[in-house]
Amino acid sequence: MKSGDPVPELRVLPGRFLPHRYAGASGDFNPIHVDPESAKALGQPSNILHGLYMMSVLARAVGDVGDGDPRRLKRLAVQFKAPGFPEQELSVEGQVREVKAKVAQVEAKLVQAGGDVVTGEAEVSAE
Amino acid sequence: MEKSWPAVDYEVGREKIREFVEATAERHVIYHDRKASRGAGFRDLVAPPMFAVVYTHRSLWPAIEDPEVGIDLSKMLHVGQDFRWSEPVCAGDVITTETSLADVQKGKKGSTYTFESHARNDRGDETVHATWTMMVMGG
Repeated sequence: MKSGDPVPELRVLPGRFLPHRYAGASGDFNPIHVDPESAKALGQPSNILHGLYMMSVLARAVGDVGDGDPRRLKRLAVQFKAPGFPEQELSVEGQVREVKAKVAQVEAKLVQAGGDVVTGEAEVSAE
Repeated sequence: MEKSWPAVDYEVGREKIREFVEATAERHVIYHDRKASRGAGFRDLVAPPMFAVVYTHRSLWPAIEDPEVGIDLSKMLHVGQDFRWSEPVCAGDVITTETSLADVQKGKKGSTYTFESHARNDRGDETVHATWTMMVMGG
C-alpha cells in the first residue's frame, strides 16, 4: 500500500427494514431509526439509518485496504455529517493519504444522494 | 463535570457475532465460519471491529441516561465516533467495559458531551478505546 491508493469500491443499498435488523443486532432501538412517524415528529422525512451502521460500512471499506484482516484496522474516527436513509445507495470514496512507520493513514467518506453523510480517518497497518 | 460508572461485562456469543455480521453485510469468511477464523489464527469465531458497538453498548447507556448528566435524549445527536482497536474479540471472550464522561462543552448550537469507554477481555488485554461525541441541541 502506498500514498494515493484508493479505498476499494464499496456500494451498499440498505433495505427498508435494515434499520430494524441493525437495531436488533446492536441493541439500539431509538424510534428515530425504526419508526417513520417518530422520525417525522423530529423533523426527518422518514426513519434514518443508525450512524454506527453507516460507520460499519465505512469500516468494511477501509478494512479492505488491509485485506479485510481485523487485526490490521487500528483506528477509525468519524464525524456524522448528515442523516442517511434506507432504500438509497451508500457508496464509499477514499484514499491512502500517507504510509508512515508501516501504518497507512486513510481518509474516506460515505456518500448518499450526492452528499457526504459520514467522513472519517482510519489507520490500517501495512502488515 | 466528570464522572465514571461501574464496569459492565459482556459475554461474546457466536450467534450474536453472526447476527451482527448479517446486519452489517460483512462477507469475509472468517466472520461466518469458525474453522476459517481458527485457520487465520484466532481463538474462535472472530468478531468484526465494529462489533465493539455491541459489547460496549451496555456500559455506555447508563452513562448517557444518568439523570445527573441530564441529557435530553430527544435532542441528542451522535456527531462523532472514534474507535482505537487493540486485541481482536472472539466468541467466548468476556469483555469488561468502563465508561466515563470526559468532557462537556457548551457551544452556540448546544452542549457537546464526550464519553470515553475502555474495554478489555478476560485476559486483561485492551480490545477497544472508544470515544463517543454527542451533541444535545439547545442544551
